[in-house]
Amino acid sequence: MNMTLAVRRDALHAEWTKLRTVSGPAWLLAGLVAATVGVGAAVDAASRCPAGEVCQVDTAKLTFTGIDLGQAVVAILAVLAFSNEYSNGMIRVTLAAMPRRGLVLAAKAALVTGLVLVAGAVGVLGSLLAGRLMLPGHGYTVARGFTALSLSDGPMLRAAAGSILYLGLIALLSLGVAALVREAAVAIGVVLALLYLFPIIVASVGADPHWQRHLEQIGPMQAGLYIQATTNLHALPLSPWAGLGVLALWSAGALLLGALSLSLRDA
Amino acid sequence: MSAGTTTPVRPDDAAGAARFGFLNGFASLLRAEWIKFRSVRGWVIGMIVAVVVMEFMGLFLAQAHVGCQVSGGPAKSGAACVQPMPLGPGGEAVNDQYYFVHQPLGSSGTLTVRLTSLTGWYGGNGGVPAAPSNPLAGLQRGLQPWSKAGIIITDSTKQGSAYAAIMSTGSHGVAMQYNYTSSVAGRPGAVGPASPRWLRLVRSGDAISGYDSADGAHWTLVGAAHLAGLADTVQAGMFATSPQHTQVTQFVGHSQGQISPSLATGVFDHVRLSGGSAGGGGAWTGDNVGSNQPFGPGSTQAETFHQAGGRFTITGSGDIAPVVNGMGSGPTASISQHLIGTFAGLIAVAVVAVMFMTAEYRRGLIRLTLAASPRRWRVLVAKAVVVGAVSFVAGLVAAVIAVPIGAHIDHVNGLYVFQASAATTARVLAGTGLLLAVMAVLALAIGSMVRRSAVAVTAVIVGIVVPYFLGVAQVLPTSASEWLMRVTPAAGFSVQQSLVVYPQVTNSYTTPNGYYPLGPWGGFAVLCGWALVAMAGAVYLLRRRDA
Repeated sequence: MNMTLAVRRDALHAEWTKLRTVSGPAWLLAGLVAATVGVGAAVDAASRCPAGEVCQVDTAKLTFTGIDLGQAVVAILAVLAFSNEYSNGMIRVTLAAMPRRGLVLAAKAALVTGLVLVAGAVGVLGSLLAGRLMLPGHGYTVARGFTALSLSDGPMLRAAAGSILYLGLIALLSLGVAALVREAAVAIGVVLALLYLFPIIVASVGADPHWQRHLEQIGPMQAGLYIQATTNLHALPLSPWAGLGVLALWSAGALLLGALSLSLRDA
Repeated sequence: MSAGTTTPVRPDDAAGAARFGFLNGFASLLRAEWIKFRSVRGWVIGMIVAVVVMEFMGLFLAQAHVGCQVSGGPAKSGAACVQPMPLGPGGEAVNDQYYFVHQPLGSSGTLTVRLTSLTGWYGGNGGVPAAPSNPLAGLQRGLQPWSKAGIIITDSTKQGSAYAAIMSTGSHGVAMQYNYTSSVAGRPGAVGPASPRWLRLVRSGDAISGYDSADGAHWTLVGAAHLAGLADTVQAGMFATSPQHTQVTQFVGHSQGQISPSLATGVFDHVRLSGGSAGGGGAWTGDNVGSNQPFGPGSTQAETFHQAGGRFTITGSGDIAPVVNGMGSGPTASISQHLIGTFAGLIAVAVVAVMFMTAEYRRGLIRLTLAASPRRWRVLVAKAVVVGAVSFVAGLVAAVIAVPIGAHIDHVNGLYVFQASAATTARVLAGTGLLLAVMAVLALAIGSMVRRSAVAVTAVIVGIVVPYFLGVAQVLPTSASEWLMRVTPAAGFSVQQSLVVYPQVTNSYTTPNGYYPLGPWGGFAVLCGWALVAMAGAVYLLRRRDA
């Protein structure tokens, strides 16, 4: 038992050393925070709801718009954590030192996801702060029925915490895909195609609501981001947590396939 | 020192030899890069994947069906649900709905009127009157920008007939319009009792000229139309019509639109018709042309006319204009709709193009490549030519398959497919190839600059796909996403636009509806600009940095 724990600790420590000693991951984490807060603040600054108009705006979605871009940075970080080892041959050393391949994947997943959750939390809280500073001044006040930009508001807390979890799940999805296809360019292409293509297809099938609803329910990005909804929940194709569950299924499936591929194929 | 033993080298020979050598060298460089490309199985598969996903997304996923069920009857779908739209003389779908007070007119003649008032109503409960006795109950006063009242000469009262008309409009002054697609501006300003408008149409065979005047004495030619094959006896008279009132409110995350029918009322006097079959003294007949049109501005049940002495008051609703893609246009599709898979194809092409460069660094092959061709920029240009040409072929093949099959599927499913000219269709097909080619060059250049394939692929996707995604998924306000569609490489998608913008029809001409903010080639030029700048940067860095 102690032996197993020690092995697990060693695996984590090895992965931590690998991540810590190159500058890429640190820059990408900083980029994640900057992209999330920057885009969110820009959208906050551009949005107005003039007095007297009825604006059906969800302030949570509005202020967390930066997640749309931040997830691309998460995908790079997670894909590189794996693909880099393949491209420089390090994977053979790693697997020689740590023959239990599932453990290697688990250690990477734990570390990368942990780092993404921390940086994601900074980005989400920064976005919330930016929204809180700007949006009430642009007409989005609680008095007019908009969701309060405060963590003491139940739905807003769920949207904020869910957005952080969303980034963590994107990291897991990307890691699974990277373990499966190995080549960094292909892995990132697959991940970003999964994320961004569903909404584009949905927009192009306009005349068929039935088809559209199904696509919205299974698209990892669209379903996952229902967690940010705080208004009109009954109109969503899925409840917020069920939506995040759909993304979790995608991540779990990708990780499973990645783990299988890692243990069955030559490195 | 004996003359004749040395053969002086003429400078132009030397230059010619050098140029020949250069071309020869470049040809073998191209050949080398082509061999590299085709010998990596993954890259060839990547290009095939690009074509396959374009077809899959465009033909299978992006399908729209028209479905309907008539009270308790069996559910039907496709063409069985749709009444055909009227087509204009040019074959395009048109709205042709107006109140028309008319008489027959022979092969030559003149119609002159004075228009003293143009007023309107709009809003209400989707065309259903609140009280049958008062169709105007619940409506607001006001004109639409293209509410119209004026005079028209038309082949017949059948929808889609050839016509020429001169009219005063809600906020665009006097306009002469003919055969649905043409509109020429005349005297500006609004019409009212203090500023009446005199309007005149002169028919001479197939030619019809429109004039306007402020006083009935001094006439200005506004425009002349040639209506090929106009019948000998046509209908001439006064009309009024008003397109639907559209209010689109844009929010972050979604837009909210409201459509309601509207009415326009024109008051005419000083009506003089010469060349009429009854010598100008015949009786005027009122017709609500096209009141049963299935899609379109709708009817308010208030269309009517009455005549008191020489004074005619005509109220109509509808429009005489081409159908455009937008709210209330009914089940329509453009020929470009099935090229939506270009995004997926683009991601595959970008991955291949980036790896075409970054693989050289990873395997150390770049040192061999540069040793063989020390002029580094030529290596980059040769790679760009190879990957660009392959991507062009992939895009062209995908488009040539997707566009006609997609249009056929839409037709079967009951959608009206906006017709596009042969030149437009050719531009859309070749443009899809060019789009992939230039985007591949851009991806190659970014790959060469950053050398990290994951970062390069992400940069290309974020620069090209995300601006479009933000536009169609309505994540950003329209103004912001249209701005992105002008300045980012995503502007290049406008080369796929097949719809025509008609200034005489109010519509939201936005990216989600298939209208790009820059013209087809303007947007493509923006993309080319990005590719050129990236190539210049890549050449600079390739020469400066160690490989």
